[in-house]
Amino acid sequence: MEKAGSESSPRLPAGPLWVNAEVTYKCPLHCVFCYNPIDYAKTGAELTTDQWLKALREARALGAVQLGISGGEPLMRDDCEVLVTEASRMGYYVNLLTSGIGLTEKRIAAFRAGGLSQIQLSFQDSTREMNDFLSSTKTFDLKSKVAKLIKQYDYPMVLNVVLHRMNIDHIQQILEMAEAIGADHVELANTQYYAWAMVNRDQLLPSQEQLTRAEAITNKFRERVGNKMKLYFVVPDYYATRPKKCMNGWGTTFLNIAPDGLAMPCHEARMLPGLNLPNVKDHDLKWIWQESHGFRAYRGDSWMKEPCRSCPEKEKDYGGCRCQAFLLTGDATNTDPVCDLSPKHDLVTSVVARAQKPGNTVKAQPIVFRLDKNSATRSEPAKPEAPIES
Amino acid sequence: MSDPNVAGGLPVDRIIELQRQYRFQWEAAQDCYVLLYPEGLIQLRGSAGEIMKHVDGLSSIDDIVANLEKAYPGQDLRPDVIGFLEHAHGKGWIRVKS
Repeated sequence: MEKAGSESSPRLPAGPLWVNAEVTYKCPLHCVFCYNPIDYAKTGAELTTDQWLKALREARALGAVQLGISGGEPLMRDDCEVLVTEASRMGYYVNLLTSGIGLTEKRIAAFRAGGLSQIQLSFQDSTREMNDFLSSTKTFDLKSKVAKLIKQYDYPMVLNVVLHRMNIDHIQQILEMAEAIGADHVELANTQYYAWAMVNRDQLLPSQEQLTRAEAITNKFRERVGNKMKLYFVVPDYYATRPKKCMNGWGTTFLNIAPDGLAMPCHEARMLPGLNLPNVKDHDLKWIWQESHGFRAYRGDSWMKEPCRSCPEKEKDYGGCRCQAFLLTGDATNTDPVCDLSPKHDLVTSVVARAQKPGNTVKAQPIVFRLDKNSATRSEPAKPEAPIES
Repeated sequence: MSDPNVAGGLPVDRIIELQRQYRFQWEAAQDCYVLLYPEGLIQLRGSAGEIMKHVDGLSSIDDIVANLEKAYPGQDLRPDVIGFLEHAHGKGWIRVKS
């Protein structure tokens, strides 16, 4: 037998490793932090089942192994079972990202039979009565019922909880609820500011005090539950001093396909100006990945400006997130202003400073729900709804 | 010295299988076996992939050693196989079948 190391980290592959299929923008929820485009209502027709399968086969041929089926709420499509079964047969590790609404026993049995590998249950604000959310028995009953099904079908219980200024102080109750429904993995993901979350940024960004307290409670909880429940706490980018290595580098790993077939290097790229994003209806994925302008635009570092260009850390984070750079500075080739080396870092610190003020900013301006009628009147890029008096 | 009948908490005569959330397969694009899990993958090159191929939910560690020694005659593979499976169990990739 050939001797070799038992494992190694993957070298940069020729193709994408990870595909996210946003099969629909339809959703029964109206989350104020949704990362779907704020003008989603103007998006063209959804891909058909056959169009999805063709794109997935092409991505698989390029070497993609991970497939997320998300949305919107993917269960709004009645061909989810077909997509899961066929994708699993192609050799994908298939992960269904759902709010649980519409996950009946009949459907989960079909997913299990079709080879679905994982279900990630998101635990978000499903009601408009935001403050009642955590005490809402309706929500708890639904999540408990779905959680029971997930366990019954021998899936690990993976929960994703979106945190923000209005629910982060309830972290103890959130964790207790997660424990009560038997969660194995819990991602406590603070909202990042794109799309609907950008519109509602001032209402959603927590204060430093809130974050510190929430993290301390999470750590204490982690100590108590040990390995029984794995907890991950993700802070908002705005509180960092170095940007994230967004998508592991543009066009290196990740491929997002929107409901209308638009292929993108990240979920948010649709709003970037001057980017020719290809559609899987018009091109095969090999061309899209290797040749299209959209995927080449910010690959590597030739597009970089100073201070990134000469920065010794440029390989570490590739200058951060192009979409965040564009949303905050108006130019996607700028350094992500989250970085404290960015000359525009004050665009982040001024927002963070405002978040330290006590008081309920919700009263100062209405929060904008992700609703068709709100989407129809808006266009990207998202901007905070109205300036808050400082 | 570890107990010859137990590999990292795994009895050598019990059937072992992959943990539910892992998927093991050959990846032509990477020219090796991989173990897929939520949001990641582990490349199992050389002997690691060859051993994991035998973790099929039908075989015990003893069976796996016997099968591999049949495929690679004249080699004492037991320490390597047990060493790797201990590692795999420690990482949570495999479990005793219930």
